[in-house]
Parts: sequence; C-alpha cells; structure tokens
Amino acid sequence: MEQFIRILAILLSSILVNNYVLSRFLGICPFLGVSKKVPTAMGMGMAVTFVMALASLITWLVQYYILEPLGVGYMQTIAFILVIAALVQLVEMILQKSSPALYQSLGVYLPLITTNCAVLGVAILNITEQYNLLETVINGVGAALGFTLAIVLFAGIRERMELNPAPYKALDGFPIALISASLMSVAFMGFSGLAIG
Amino acid sequence: MFEPVLWSIIVLGGLGAAFGIMLGAANKKFHVDKDERIEQVRELLPGANCGGCGYPGCDGLASAIVESGAEITSCAPLSKDNAVKIGEVMGITVGDVVPKVARIMCLGSEGNCANKFEYDGAKDCRAAYAAASGFKACRFACLGLGTCAKVCKFGAIEMGEDGIAFIDEEKCTGCGRCVEQCPQSSIAVLERNVDVYAGCTNIDKGKAVTQNCTAGCIGCGICAKACPFEAITMENNLPVVDTEKCRSCWICVEKCPRNCMLTTKPDKIAFIDEENCIGCTLCKKACPFGAIEGELKEKHRVTEQCRGCGLCVEKCKKDAVHLIQKDTLPS
Repeated sequence: MEQFIRILAILLSSILVNNYVLSRFLGICPFLGVSKKVPTAMGMGMAVTFVMALASLITWLVQYYILEPLGVGYMQTIAFILVIAALVQLVEMILQKSSPALYQSLGVYLPLITTNCAVLGVAILNITEQYNLLETVINGVGAALGFTLAIVLFAGIRERMELNPAPYKALDGFPIALISASLMSVAFMGFSGLAIG
Repeated sequence: MFEPVLWSIIVLGGLGAAFGIMLGAANKKFHVDKDERIEQVRELLPGANCGGCGYPGCDGLASAIVESGAEITSCAPLSKDNAVKIGEVMGITVGDVVPKVARIMCLGSEGNCANKFEYDGAKDCRAAYAAASGFKACRFACLGLGTCAKVCKFGAIEMGEDGIAFIDEEKCTGCGRCVEQCPQSSIAVLERNVDVYAGCTNIDKGKAVTQNCTAGCIGCGICAKACPFEAITMENNLPVVDTEKCRSCWICVEKCPRNCMLTTKPDKIAFIDEENCIGCTLCKKACPFGAIEGELKEKHRVTEQCRGCGLCVEKCKKDAVHLIQKDTLPS
C-alpha cells in the first residue's frame, strides 16, 4: 500500500506539481515549436510519451549496470545523450517497418525528440532522486503525460489567439505566445500546494 | 592514475560501438523498400505544401501519384514543363494543364453592401460566419476579415481598404486553398483564359439583391441579351460565360446596369493595315457591331464602335486586320 501511494505521488508530482515544461522549464523548444495546432501537439505528446518511458527504463539500466559498476557515474550526461539518440533512431526504424500507420502519425516528431532536453532531464532526475526501476518508468510516463497536457492546452490557447489580433501589433505571434506560456506556468504553480503521502 | 580516463573512453567507445552496430543491424533488418519514383516526383512538385490537391502536402501527392495513380493535374501550381517531366517519370502522357487563377466574386465593399449588425468577434471570416452567417447584409458577401489572405501560401491575397480581398494575379497559382476556407464562397478558381466573369454570387433576384447591395447581380439577363455571340446564359439568376464562344468584346461589361460584370484584360481594338487592304468588305460583313466603314474596293476604316472581338481578323484573307491594344493606336 505504501508503495502504491508513493507511485501515485510520483505520477501526480510529475504530471502536475513538477510539470516538466511549466515548472522545471525543460522541453520548451518543442513546447513552443510544435504547439500551433492541437492535433500536431497531440502527435508530439504521444511521441514524447513513447520515447520518455523507454528512455527512462534504458538509462536507468545503463546507469546502474554499466556506469556505476565501472566507477564512471560522472559520464551520465554524455552517455544518456548517446542512449536517447540511438533509441530514437531505433524506435523510428522499428515503427517504420512494423507499424506504418503509427509511423505516419508520429513520423515527423520522432527525430525532433532526439534533442528534447525534457527527455534527458527526466533520465538524469530519475538518478538524482534515486528512484528504483518501477518508479523510474512511472516518473518517465508521468513527465511525458505532463508534457502532453501542457503542450495540448497551450496549442488550444494558441489556436484561439491565431484568430484574434494581439493588443499591440508588436506582440503578435511569438511574443504573445511566450506571455501566455508564462501565465500558464503561473497557473500550474497552484498545484504546488498538492501534497500526497 | 589514468584508469578513470581509460574506463571513460572504453565505456563511451563501447556504448557508441554497440549502438552503432545495433542501428546498422536494425537498418538492415527493418529496411523498408521505397519507390524511388516518389522522391523524383516530389522533386518536381512545387513544394509549397498548399494542400490544394487534397493530399497532405507535396509528399502526400507524390506518393499518391506513384502508388495510387492520382492525377498529376490535380496540382494546380504545377508548371507545364514539370507536369510533362513527372509524366516521363511515371511513363504516362499528361493532358493539357490549364493555368488557373482565383478570382474574387464579390463587389460588396463597405460602401456597396451594409452590415446587418456590428461584429466584434474574432478577426476571421470563418468565426464571423459562425455568428448568424456573417455580418453583411447580403448572405453571399465577402466578409473581408482576410481568412483567404491568411491561408494563402503564396502571399497572393491582400485585403483591400474597402474590405474586399484583392488577388495578385502574378503570384496566384490557382491552388484553391482560399476557396476551401472562404465560408461565403466569394472566391472561385477560374481558368486564366476566362477574362470576363460576374462579380457576384448572389442567386436571389431583383429586389432581394438591391435591398442589400448596390453592386450585386440582379439576374436581369441584359448581359445575355447584349452578347452578340450568345456566350452568356443565365443560371440561378447569375450569368455564366461560355469561354469557347466569348470573344472578349465586353459589351456585357458595358451594358451591365449594376456594373458587376468584371474583366481583367486590357481593351483591344481592330486596326486595318491600309497597305494590305484591298477593300473586299469581308471584314465589314463579319463585324457584328457595324464598326468597319468603307465601300467595296475602298480602303476600310475601323470606327469607335469596334470592340475588339477579332471576327474581322479571322475573315480577312489578306492579313490586313490586326488586334492591338486600344491605347496604342498608331496615328
């Protein structure tokens, strides 16, 4: 039971309280770049979920079965980048062969994730928080769901902003998008009072 | 003391090599054969991703052409040369590509067509249409909020100051993206050689139109009656021009009591080269406007009645009649 509550706490924390985009400010690049339309934001979110869960799992294994036994734990960052990049490539190839439909819908977004710092951030934070394997995967999935939530909500806002002119012409486009992203971030701060377990 | 350095090199090198081999093997195992013609066709398409063909971008159309035999001509911005080249890649012959252009079919600017209520919502025609089918008195009128200009991938549409869109013919490729997004159907894609069209899409008759707009077509049919070539027929209270019969005399443009027949080409006039003219009167007989003067065996002259239809040019056996632009008349 205690374990279950702990997992629930990790999940809620990574989705809402410590949302990787809006509280930790990781993965801002795709958050701003791929959030013009809700369907594309959804596609990006799905692809990130897929990769983040896998990357969390594999980087944890690499950390505890390769880096630590050999005493090179400080190589974490560079080794993780390598793992994530290779993983994305591999996933892309497998998808293209085994599931063309999924590849079509995720296709464009997968290579973009290689450089998504949220993925690397999750992998490193998993180690610093000293999660076990199950908690690591849960945290990875939660972080990705939080990312999806943020980017889809933001895309919904941007779709509406597209139709209406900004108060000043100079604010049109990216400036107003950045302002609304910051307001969203403020709104998500409201979850910080949420304490579980 | 070099041990940690050595280990870091070994670990990173090892990981790199392992992933490299793994990816290499995966690439072999999961290799997907791609038709290389798709790439070739894709190169020849314009690459604007306008979506006018109905496929998701140029990549979508390229694979549709190769794999499911989509029409090459479904790409409107495609140049004729490239269409032929794609035909060569596919081993088929391409039919004629008729260049097209989008035309604004509405004259209901602010002065001509009143607003039926004050609209203060999102600056987008589609949003405005959702509120009681738009704020213009005429239910067919251009709403002028610039959705067409926004969706145009070629920057060919600008919003005029009178609240009606304006199309830059040079830039327009006739892809039809604007037509799809216009909630009022105020834009239509016409063939480029159509040089006269009605600037109105209101299918109502007479009074229903005049109440709302001072420029709308009332379906009176004067243009159809005035046309000497019977190129205009009335359908749904709007004139339809048969391009094969139309000879660009534009008597319809002049006769229209509402000034809503529009033309885009410069006015032309016949000019008789007196050196070649033998006074056979063939041109005089052919002219539907009685615009050619001169008796048999006299040099003929073109009067101001001429509308540049070009019938006389076809009839003249001595190649003495030419069509020239009206303002470049040689003295």
